[in-house]
Amino acid sequence: MIYEASWLAVGMFFTFVVLVLGLSFYFGKRTQSAKSYFAAGGNIHWGVNGIAFAGDYLSAASFLGICGMIATAGYDGFLYSIGYLAGWIVALFVVAEPLKRLGKYTFTDALDSKFNDKGIQLMAAISTLIVSMCYLIPQMVGAGALVQPLLGLPHWVGVLMVGSIVIFIVATAGMASTTYVQFLKGALLIVFSTVLTFNVVHKGISLNPTDDYHTLVQLEATVEGGKVVAIADSTYLLKSQTENYILLEKDGYDNWWKLADGHLTETLSKTLTGEGATLYNGAPKEERRFYQVGHALKIMKDGQEVTSTGPLSWNQYLSVIENSEIMLFRKAAFEHDGDQITLWYGKKTAGKDIMRPGLKFKLDEGSTFMQKLNFISLMLALFFGTASLPHILIRYYTVPSQKDARKSTIVAIAAIGFFYILTLFMGLGAMINGVIDVESSNMSAPLLARYFGVGLFSIISAIAFATVLGTVSGLIVAASGAVAHDLMANFFGIKMTDKGKVKAGKISAFVVGIIAIFLGMVFKGMNVSFLVGWAFAVAASANLPAILMLLFWKKTTAKGIASSITVGMISALGIILTSPTMVERYGMDRASAIHGLDNPGIISIPLAFATLIIVSLLTQKKKA
Amino acid sequence: MDHGPTVKLGRDDAAEFKSKLGLQLFFVYGFIYAGFVFLNTIKPMLMAKSVFFGLNLAVVFGFGLIILAIIMGLVYNAVCTKKENEFSKTESEGK
Repeated sequence: MIYEASWLAVGMFFTFVVLVLGLSFYFGKRTQSAKSYFAAGGNIHWGVNGIAFAGDYLSAASFLGICGMIATAGYDGFLYSIGYLAGWIVALFVVAEPLKRLGKYTFTDALDSKFNDKGIQLMAAISTLIVSMCYLIPQMVGAGALVQPLLGLPHWVGVLMVGSIVIFIVATAGMASTTYVQFLKGALLIVFSTVLTFNVVHKGISLNPTDDYHTLVQLEATVEGGKVVAIADSTYLLKSQTENYILLEKDGYDNWWKLADGHLTETLSKTLTGEGATLYNGAPKEERRFYQVGHALKIMKDGQEVTSTGPLSWNQYLSVIENSEIMLFRKAAFEHDGDQITLWYGKKTAGKDIMRPGLKFKLDEGSTFMQKLNFISLMLALFFGTASLPHILIRYYTVPSQKDARKSTIVAIAAIGFFYILTLFMGLGAMINGVIDVESSNMSAPLLARYFGVGLFSIISAIAFATVLGTVSGLIVAASGAVAHDLMANFFGIKMTDKGKVKAGKISAFVVGIIAIFLGMVFKGMNVSFLVGWAFAVAASANLPAILMLLFWKKTTAKGIASSITVGMISALGIILTSPTMVERYGMDRASAIHGLDNPGIISIPLAFATLIIVSLLTQKKKA
Repeated sequence: MDHGPTVKLGRDDAAEFKSKLGLQLFFVYGFIYAGFVFLNTIKPMLMAKSVFFGLNLAVVFGFGLIILAIIMGLVYNAVCTKKENEFSKTESEGK
């Protein structure tokens, strides 16, 4: 898809960036000690910290990924919202106050508080680094996706910009600037998502989303033995057929059509030619023959078929979609005469199927055991992952007391919960208002905002960009703490002054930032929420069993914790790296994967618990 | 060892009570969440059944889980704060 930059959006974007950098510069002057760099001095107000939690948590995955997934897969995308929010229950009821009591700067501090064990220090620091990296990748991918419509720049430039700005934020003032950037961004995201949702519901649903909306053309065809032999419209020239996909030429442009029920329907196609050129609907990108899509085919309101509903109430909006029919888009890929073809064809889908599980997660009759297991595994990882994310856990060190830790978590739950309810409306709004870029579902929410005017688009895009900045900053603070505090100071025992620690933290932030930029470019195009699902799985497997057992099982030993982190982390990563999705990423057939599990939690979490229990029982100190 | 809280924390006599209550509420919510995942996995068609206000079970249960988390959080905070106040009152009376 090709996007045009808007001057208002560019202006808004740079205003945000200058504001964020100014904030970092201001706090940078006041950040001289390790306590202020890694924990913002430990005196942030619980209300500010609660919204900053929301800022940390409502990352690119939540705003871009979930909205995009709902726009393309309906209710299944909303299941991510439910799982992400439910995870906060573990944080509030089990982890918040004990962690505040036990730790200092990092999650490793809390785990190691009883033992002072080198094994725990090393493994917990490595786990923090790996989870932060897994979480950083989707944020950087999201950043790249955002600058395309906002500034009209390529993906890699977005990744580079976010990386550079974040390195500056973290390297100047660490957790203090990160906290206020998160607070600002969290609050703005919730306010303007509410405005966007209000617009969606107030506008209602119509068959024709915009005056210039491109409705996919249908042609009558004569089919014999599954082969198209003639087309009713003589302006089209039949060129070739691959299975149910037909190549037609009109006015010198080639495009692919899908054969179904005796007629042909236009698709959106992307052709990577043998010579290395990329064509969109048979033409170079600049000719703009590739369209944004997504619309309702039949609208039912109060039992009557209508062409437009007009303004709706919140529950009416969901109810009308449930009773209507929507055009969703499915992807197909194949090779033709040395060209790589990727196409997206429309599929009439009943609203009832959109508003229940089953479009992405195969759970209906006929689904396999492995498909059901994948779903359970994902929901398990989302539930247990939140309270294991290092960049979330370190935020407990920024408030003055356990009571404040608890209160800030409740503020976070309320803010995040409210936002997640909005995601359903924003995602469905994108689905039916002709704003889906089939190449990247991540852009659905900002493009939906553009549907309601360039002003809202500019603000939403700038906030979305700040969303990425804030989350990446938090992750880099967590990762730099793991290197400077856990590894250098504690594990290797390097004697450093307070200022030396801050310097080590800043250098670590720089290195982690560079690695994140590289990975953000490599993983371009993957749905960011899907990628975050993996970060949750690794965090839940490596960290949660250790935290829970340390708090609630007296026989837990240092070796038990270190082994549990190792086994949880390696098993989760091992399953991910050999999963069908990754095998496809390596350029091979999904079916050649050695197992069918895309989400490792269901294996790796119990395995980590079992390891901790067995190793702890085997390493009990003998009573004198 | 470079551990311990960032700031000096006061004594928390209610810690054990809060920990026990937190664990109980965690299991209650965890059970309901497990039920939601179970229904989605085993009976996905059931989730399409209309419940009220024209909304189906999938949406009502999903929204319900989010709202329940907020309500349980507020209740937990209210009970914990009350207990903390009781302990601090007892402590100040004992001085």
